Amino acid sequence: MSRVVRLIGRRLLSSLPAIFGVVALTFLLMRVLPGDPAVFFASGPNTGQAEIEIVRERMGLNRPMGEQFVLYLRDLGKGDLGNSLTSGQPVAKDLAARLPASLELTIAALVLALSIALPLGFVAAMRPDSLVDQIVRVFCTLGVAVPTFVSGLLLIFLFYYLLGWAPPPVGRIDAFASAPPSWSGFLLVDSLLAGDMETFGAALRQLVLPMTTMALFVMAPLARMARAATLAVTTSDFVRTAEALGLSRPRIMVSYIFRNAMLPILTTVGIVFSTMLGANVLVEKVFAWPGIASYALDALLSSDYAPVQGFVLLIASIFVILNLVIDLLYSLADPRVSVE
Amino acid sequence: MTVAVARHRRGLWGVANPATIVACVGVSLLLLVAILADWIAPYDPLASNVRIALQPPGAQHWMGTDQLGRDMLSRLIVATRLDLSIAVSAVALSFAFGAVIGGTSGYLGGAADRWIGRTVDVMMAFPLFVLAMALVAALGNSVANVIYATAIINLPFYIRFARAEVNMRRHFGWVEAARASGNSHARVVLFFLLPNVLPGMAVQISLNLGWAILNAAGLSFIGLGARPPTPEWGIMVAEAARFIATGKWWLIVFPGLMLTLSVLCFNLLGDAARDALDPRRRR
Repeated sequence: MSRVVRLIGRRLLSSLPAIFGVVALTFLLMRVLPGDPAVFFASGPNTGQAEIEIVRERMGLNRPMGEQFVLYLRDLGKGDLGNSLTSGQPVAKDLAARLPASLELTIAALVLALSIALPLGFVAAMRPDSLVDQIVRVFCTLGVAVPTFVSGLLLIFLFYYLLGWAPPPVGRIDAFASAPPSWSGFLLVDSLLAGDMETFGAALRQLVLPMTTMALFVMAPLARMARAATLAVTTSDFVRTAEALGLSRPRIMVSYIFRNAMLPILTTVGIVFSTMLGANVLVEKVFAWPGIASYALDALLSSDYAPVQGFVLLIASIFVILNLVIDLLYSLADPRVSVE
Repeated sequence: MTVAVARHRRGLWGVANPATIVACVGVSLLLLVAILADWIAPYDPLASNVRIALQPPGAQHWMGTDQLGRDMLSRLIVATRLDLSIAVSAVALSFAFGAVIGGTSGYLGGAADRWIGRTVDVMMAFPLFVLAMALVAALGNSVANVIYATAIINLPFYIRFARAEVNMRRHFGWVEAARASGNSHARVVLFFLLPNVLPGMAVQISLNLGWAILNAAGLSFIGLGARPPTPEWGIMVAEAARFIATGKWWLIVFPGLMLTLSVLCFNLLGDAARDALDPRRRR
């Protein structure tokens, strides 16, 4: 137990420089480079230099760069990410309100992608160069070439316009359904807890298309990795030995092949999750999904610094936590890792 | 045994694969369309005519017309030039800078090298699309900045490769011989080490081109980079998004197809190049 705690502690410490780097980078990107937000926000029919100066003063933009950075760090330490100039709310509050929407979408998509891509990869690897393998290969090649925003729009065309199965592709829940009492912020979980099956169904129907869009995007790398990893294990010496010893096929598949193939797949899941955090921006825009990415995008297009910095920082933190979880899972799957 | 069968099917040079031939033809066609765009486009890509707005594909307009009555086919053809130039310039920039930064870092070693290595690792793991988005927004919303942003997020791949390969070779006899015969460090890196590393890096180019096209189109889809009337695939999809719920499929399908096919061709070509150079990595 204490070993796990020490592992977590060391990993968290070692990720601090990376987080600091991200903080410094976003700060620099947003402040040093051109585009003056004071001018942007003061711009009205009758703004003069004086008004611009007032806005600049209020935003602290007239202080030296170093001082601005120290102030920014101090605020961060207090959990204060600044205020969004467009919504007028504290950024931390806005992000907290919108994070569940993004996480629900991303996690659902990851689960869907894994549950389809892993079996596909395994089956393809079990019978190399069979018809299944060829189909999986074509699918993988095509899957990485279709942009998410195109596949999302095509899904809308097919399932909303042509077939009429999907609800209007706007937001997390349609206007007529009542939102469940918020406990976790995940609509699916909250509605289940409240025993409200109607809302659960409504939220699920809303989620299916964006979730599929995102899953399609990452299924290809997952299936490809699952196939390669399984193939590497099936041709290994210990599997040949197990077969020679006459162990049953299911036993070999589960405890010899499957467990060993999981290691490289775990690493890929980490990379894929990171890609999905980026793809959120596109998917949330296509489906008008009220998540953190669409929030940051709106702020970005109106040169509102604070929400963008908060967003990037949040993504970086999620990212560090995710890598930590993957490392822990790795040490569970492979006892040799945690020893060193 | 199965591995042997798979190799045999790919043919002797690893190039005779039909998919590779299709990819070669596809990339050549794309380049040809990009070069000849102004001559082969049947209509002016910017000429709007509201009376013929939103027409489905027909004899007059093979791929239909958009919400302003502009010819979709002409817009797609002219957009090829912009989309390919963005991708090619971005990858060229990251190739050049990646080679020099990675090569220098790998040659020098020491603390600077460790820092560069760590930065690259962090960068590669970070959601790169988010980084590109922040870069374009901060640098300013223009096509040139989309190129720079795409180049920067491509950099880590080249830096890492050049760094590892140069680092491996820096103590070889011929490197020391080059130094001993009076070449400066810069000259050793640029004219002795890098030329040995370039073929391996060049294989990455085609794969990265596909990736760069996707990124640039994604950026213009969310409103960064090229701006509307300019014909560009990502913008065309973004403009068409509000018509999809009313079933104007041709506005999405054709630009989507152009994006998919071009990325597909570059990826297949990249796979073939990698296989040809390094047969051990064949799937």
